[in-house]
Amino acid sequence: MDSDEDFQSTVSSDDDAMQDTDNDEMSGVEDFDAFDDEPDEEPDLGPNKIQRKRIAYDISFKVYSPTDIQAHQDEMMDEVNMILEMRKEDAAILLRHFRWNKERLMEDYMDKPSKVLEAAGLGSSTINPPRLEFIPGFTCDICYEDDDGLESFAMKCGHRYCVNCYRQYLTQKIREEGEAARIQCPSEGCGRIMDARSLDLLVTPDLADRYQELLNRTYVEDKEILKWCPAPDCENAIECAIKKKDLDKVVPTVACRCGHRFCFGCILNDHQPAPCELVKRWLKKCADDSETANWISANTKECPKCNSTIEKNGGCNHMTCRKCKHEFCWMCMGLWSEHGTSWYNCNRFEEKSGTDARDAQAKSRVSLERYLHYYNRYANHEQSARLDKDIYTKTEKKMVQLQTASGMSWIEVQYLNAASQALQTCRQTLKWTYAFAFYLARNNLTEIFEDNQKDLELSVEALSEMFEKPIAELSDPKLKVDIMDKTSYCNKRRVILLEDTAENLANGRWTFNVDLKSLAPVSSGRK
Amino acid sequence: MAAGLGAKRLGKELSKISSSLPPGITLVSAENLEEWFLDIKVLDQNPIYAGETYRLKFKFSKSYPIEPPEVTFVKLSDRPIPMHPHIYSNGIICLDLLGSQGWSPVQNVESVCMSIQSMLTGNTKNERPPGDEEFVRANRLRPRDIDFYYHDNTV
Repeated sequence: MDSDEDFQSTVSSDDDAMQDTDNDEMSGVEDFDAFDDEPDEEPDLGPNKIQRKRIAYDISFKVYSPTDIQAHQDEMMDEVNMILEMRKEDAAILLRHFRWNKERLMEDYMDKPSKVLEAAGLGSSTINPPRLEFIPGFTCDICYEDDDGLESFAMKCGHRYCVNCYRQYLTQKIREEGEAARIQCPSEGCGRIMDARSLDLLVTPDLADRYQELLNRTYVEDKEILKWCPAPDCENAIECAIKKKDLDKVVPTVACRCGHRFCFGCILNDHQPAPCELVKRWLKKCADDSETANWISANTKECPKCNSTIEKNGGCNHMTCRKCKHEFCWMCMGLWSEHGTSWYNCNRFEEKSGTDARDAQAKSRVSLERYLHYYNRYANHEQSARLDKDIYTKTEKKMVQLQTASGMSWIEVQYLNAASQALQTCRQTLKWTYAFAFYLARNNLTEIFEDNQKDLELSVEALSEMFEKPIAELSDPKLKVDIMDKTSYCNKRRVILLEDTAENLANGRWTFNVDLKSLAPVSSGRK
Repeated sequence: MAAGLGAKRLGKELSKISSSLPPGITLVSAENLEEWFLDIKVLDQNPIYAGETYRLKFKFSKSYPIEPPEVTFVKLSDRPIPMHPHIYSNGIICLDLLGSQGWSPVQNVESVCMSIQSMLTGNTKNERPPGDEEFVRANRLRPRDIDFYYHDNTV
């Protein structure tokens, strides 16, 4: 289920990508107003704009291209190289060793330079730069070659091998094993790390590209504020300063330049308004068999004597356990022999022995029903979105058909595009509102939330219906206005819902029926 | 790739181990440069291995010695699989120097044999790795995978 969901959302987000540039949630309201024909909306726009400058659910982030990432690394290397007066290659190795924490590097290096160098694999430095050499009488310990013209290489650790072996070793490490930042000397037990200058000498250009790519990766992977965009084939990284401990207060959805929208906290697809931990819990709940267990507890009882699980699929209340032959009453779970003559009609309802068992069962049944209520709605939106998977192509086709049928221009049919997009994003949000609501305790805020949810849901369904209309009807200018209005309304409702939830989340006003903070042991306990 | 590299190296290794090997290690057969068999014995009086001889199979890929060889114990009527918490009952050895992380191209057949020998010598637990049965069952397809892998490399 997990992967399905991911696939689906990626597709829908990719769809977003094609038109998302001026249409994302931050500017959505204004954009749609631009389409709006009603003039009475105009005056509200000014103050709204100012108010919305800082939307509660919006977080700041930056998108970096591979070139940007390279530039950042170069900048830091230059800085270290200038201050500590060391070779740039060494600066790079040190930075990687310190996981790009420049301040810590400087501090530690000033304190104990030789210790730091040793730890980073740069120990016992001599002044000579690495070079290829011909050494008479040299035998390579890897290939056992001993020809006179054998070119050999050694790093400062002095472990010397022939160039050919070195190249093969590096090819293996870089290409097959995906190593870059910490390739060690081939010698057994030697921890010396290959520096950039040695690599320049030894690797072919195509390998160097791969090497650089891998190094870039470690830069992003080492930095907590950087994350790769998880969309397939996307090479960008996103910077976002969100802290792990704040993830119960914000849902940090970021949007890559490629159009993919994902949560910076957990890398899953956008799951606003539900916070990461709830999402994790929800997905786990949906995926694992805890619901099977719930079914069992809701639909079966245990024999009071031997605890065998029994499903009553018909018949009277007089149960005889097939296993231990214990006879009891299904209704009150009490001993059948105590029932006296009240056969098949349990009147011992207030008996203590029975009430506990009944309570537990009733609770479990209610909780299962509650789960299914939310799950069905969640799954429904997921499925609708899946059915809409080809909505973009459908829309495109529709737009072309409409142009020929009604003589409208390309720009005049763009409202369908906007509608399709609104449907996708709103469904994604709605889907998660149900997971969110499942974990909400009942109070006034929840009621407001449910009202918002209902409003959004109704408008989305209405828009969806209009959107599905045949071409003949779509060319009616009245319907066009309706769709545009509804699109704008959906987007507004979504913004309102997200703002409301995000604000309450930030201020800790929600009451959840699970503890968001105590989740770590749950997940680790499962492993 | 560089067939020359592995071939020359294995040739030299073979000529060396044909003439001399450390005590307890004997070369059984090395008919080609892909698969060799060696016998090892544990020399001290470790009761778990006393009086037994074990057969090791070395498989070399084209990238040997850049890549580690695949080393497993082979079961024959007079060659059991030694009991060890890192040796599965199908002969697969869990030893870091045989993985790409722990391997160094400076290692060779002789040094691997000695490492395995000392791994047995130092062992006091007469047991299999945890989950042995399951691992052996789940891994039934692995030889085929490995064949495929080699096949791929030779093409």
